[in-house]
Amino acid sequence: MKWKLLKKIRVWVSLSFFVCTLFLFLDFTFSLAFQFISTVLYLQFVPSLLKFINLISFSAAGFIFIVIITLLFGRVYCSSVCPLGTLQDIISNISKRGRRKKRIFKYLKPHSWIRYSVLLIILVFILSGSILLLNLFDPYSLFGKISLNLFRPPVIWINNFLVGIFESFDQYILYRIEVKHYNPLSIIFSLLMLGFIFWLSLKKGRLYCNTVCPVGTVLGIISKISLYRISISETACTQCGVCSYVCKAGCIDYENATLDVSRCISCYNCMIVCPENGITYNRIGSNKPEKKTDPVKRQFLYNSLLLAAGILGFSKLVSGQDKPKLDSIPIYKPKPGLATTIPEDKKFHVTAPGSLSIDHFKAYCTACHLCVAVCPNQVLQPSFLEFGFDGMMQPRMDYHTAYCNYDCISCTEVCPSGAILLVTEEDKKKIQIGKVVFIKDNCIVVTENTACGACSEHCPTKSVQMVPYEKGHHIPEVDTEICVGCGACEFACPTLPYKAIFVDGNDIHLTAKVIEASDEIREVDLEEEFPF
Amino acid sequence: MKRREFIKRSITSGVVAGSALTFMPYRNLFGAYNNPADPYDLVAIKGGEPHLMFDTAIESLGGMRKFVKSGQRVVVKPNIGWDAPPERAANTNPRLVGRIVEHCFNAGAKEVLVFDNTCNDWNKCYSNSGIEKAVKDAGGKMVPGNTEGYYHKVAVTQGKSLKDSKVHELILESDVFINVPVLKHHSATDLSISMKNLMGIIWDRRYWHRNDLHQCIADFTTWSKPDLNIIDAYRVMQKNGPRGVSVDDVGLYKAQIISTDIVAADTSATKLFGSDPADVDYLKSADQMGVGKMDLKSLNIKKIML
Repeated sequence: MKWKLLKKIRVWVSLSFFVCTLFLFLDFTFSLAFQFISTVLYLQFVPSLLKFINLISFSAAGFIFIVIITLLFGRVYCSSVCPLGTLQDIISNISKRGRRKKRIFKYLKPHSWIRYSVLLIILVFILSGSILLLNLFDPYSLFGKISLNLFRPPVIWINNFLVGIFESFDQYILYRIEVKHYNPLSIIFSLLMLGFIFWLSLKKGRLYCNTVCPVGTVLGIISKISLYRISISETACTQCGVCSYVCKAGCIDYENATLDVSRCISCYNCMIVCPENGITYNRIGSNKPEKKTDPVKRQFLYNSLLLAAGILGFSKLVSGQDKPKLDSIPIYKPKPGLATTIPEDKKFHVTAPGSLSIDHFKAYCTACHLCVAVCPNQVLQPSFLEFGFDGMMQPRMDYHTAYCNYDCISCTEVCPSGAILLVTEEDKKKIQIGKVVFIKDNCIVVTENTACGACSEHCPTKSVQMVPYEKGHHIPEVDTEICVGCGACEFACPTLPYKAIFVDGNDIHLTAKVIEASDEIREVDLEEEFPF
Repeated sequence: MKRREFIKRSITSGVVAGSALTFMPYRNLFGAYNNPADPYDLVAIKGGEPHLMFDTAIESLGGMRKFVKSGQRVVVKPNIGWDAPPERAANTNPRLVGRIVEHCFNAGAKEVLVFDNTCNDWNKCYSNSGIEKAVKDAGGKMVPGNTEGYYHKVAVTQGKSLKDSKVHELILESDVFINVPVLKHHSATDLSISMKNLMGIIWDRRYWHRNDLHQCIADFTTWSKPDLNIIDAYRVMQKNGPRGVSVDDVGLYKAQIISTDIVAADTSATKLFGSDPADVDYLKSADQMGVGKMDLKSLNIKKIML
């Protein structure tokens, strides 16, 4: 039967998107080509929309395809492309297996006011300049956060366990990976949301998609006028209810032989179970029911707007300092009397190169954490409140954990929403994302009167140079003009709890001065005898 | 300390102590020591390609068979600290490393393993330095050193500032340790040569930086004595080290120094670089602690100009 094939295709397409998308977040070998990554994510609605607003180019037109597909065939995105949707299907599917009594879905009342209000509040937030709520509920970004925080670490632990086994046989094909991206806020949020979605999908199927998900709501509205849609033939229907038992969206009211098209996610499950073959996928003219206004709904919307405005009041950029991590790394514990006293006074936290400015970054980053997953140095970390309440979980450069590789442009290549724009390797070396600041009184050379220079050692541009100081030692001297703000100095600085050298972020990225150098190797006294 | 390591170290220290007792008094009698019948303490060679210079130099020391016995497991530790191509001379010359691996196999080594605790992303360092390819082509194996899990604590009993350090398991489990630094300028320690290169076999470098870096480097050489130090001075980073900014920092020296005495090797390389060894604190400390000799006149040195 033709519908069976259609359903099969739907299942395979959705699994392919799911596996590929999941893999992007699990790959810890950093070996995926960025073309593959951008192809997999091309159709992700929210990132694509944001990128399009940003760039207006074909490379960001994925959401337009989704709109067209939805206009033609309904919410195919929700059933096939959305990884969070497929995750819910997998959860319901697994829970169904191994049960004696077959679990069934039931028709759910629309409760449309919930999803329209959620969408409205999100829109109000966006219009007032914050995409925080979109970030929290966008299904792709949520899936990204869940994958990175909850699925990636166990995969790496398994790898590290295998490394140990391989090593005992002197095999070094696998290697250990250290997970540096633990962020309590992002982990707790991911856990809560996964738990919530887990529970919803166990109880009610795709309820998240039809109450909370902003993409689901938008596509639901569009699908109301879709050309092809699933419909129940009143003449064929015997009110047996089988279709409604398999409808994970809970949108089939078999008693009245109706199907709520705005909640239908085009999974085609119902079509293949109907014993009368009474459910078909046909071209139908739209027949919208009469609309009437409800004063209760109006009042609710009004209140929601007020609430949203109130929350926005809190969302100011918070100036932040890195919390000293005194006890987290026992081996680096300072000797008594050696602890540094002057805190690093960061006016701005650092955003990735290619993100133009903190404002640009905050306006477009959906906190999907893909950049965190592809950053080989793991310098990109989900932020806590470093970018303010409305920038929570948007990744920042954490120079206490790592630093930005001078030659690396991975994050700029993969960012699906245009928060981090693509830059060439050559251009990246000129982007100044922050400036180096030296705190002399924290420096080992001053406090201990011994040699150090770890900062200058790691500096790729030599904006940190060692110059003569007391007792024949050398002390750092900084040149902020040629500094790119990579944070290698801050990372390498051995002082605790506060660093003696740090990078203060540029709220608007600048261009670093480049010192031109000759590219010839000088020959040095090749004929001369050894001086010993 | 693993058993294999313990046995190896006991034997080595026994041999060193014994030979010191036997030879030391006579050496002093002669003053400047230069008896061609005795084996060389140090070989310095100049004017050739890195791998060819090594062929000649190791021959003067009696060939690789003197250091590597049949069936032994050898660890070669070049400097692979930075994500930079060979021309920048931030890392040891790949052709030299490849040839050393070949010599080890020719001498009968069962396995030759190469690693470094890199400063930049280790995967990029291994590949962009050219060392990964050179080692694999020669039949050796690259081993990761990127996470703390590979490092195990050892006591540095003779250390003044450094009492213990976490050392890569390869160093603890191999029969032969060949140290292959590149000679270069270093912003923190003036120069990076053989002794400084040992910071790539340990994990907690920040502790060293906090606790008198020069003394820690010297202290560690009382524990870690490479069986052979091969200093690559083919291309030499003269400024902006240890990472360097461009090839503008590099000078072509076409030289190489080989010695079993890590202090003597670094002293001669310091002179080759054009600096005064007396200005390098870790050399002086190591000399005073009896790790090796800064007094090159007391050594039997072979100099070769190709």
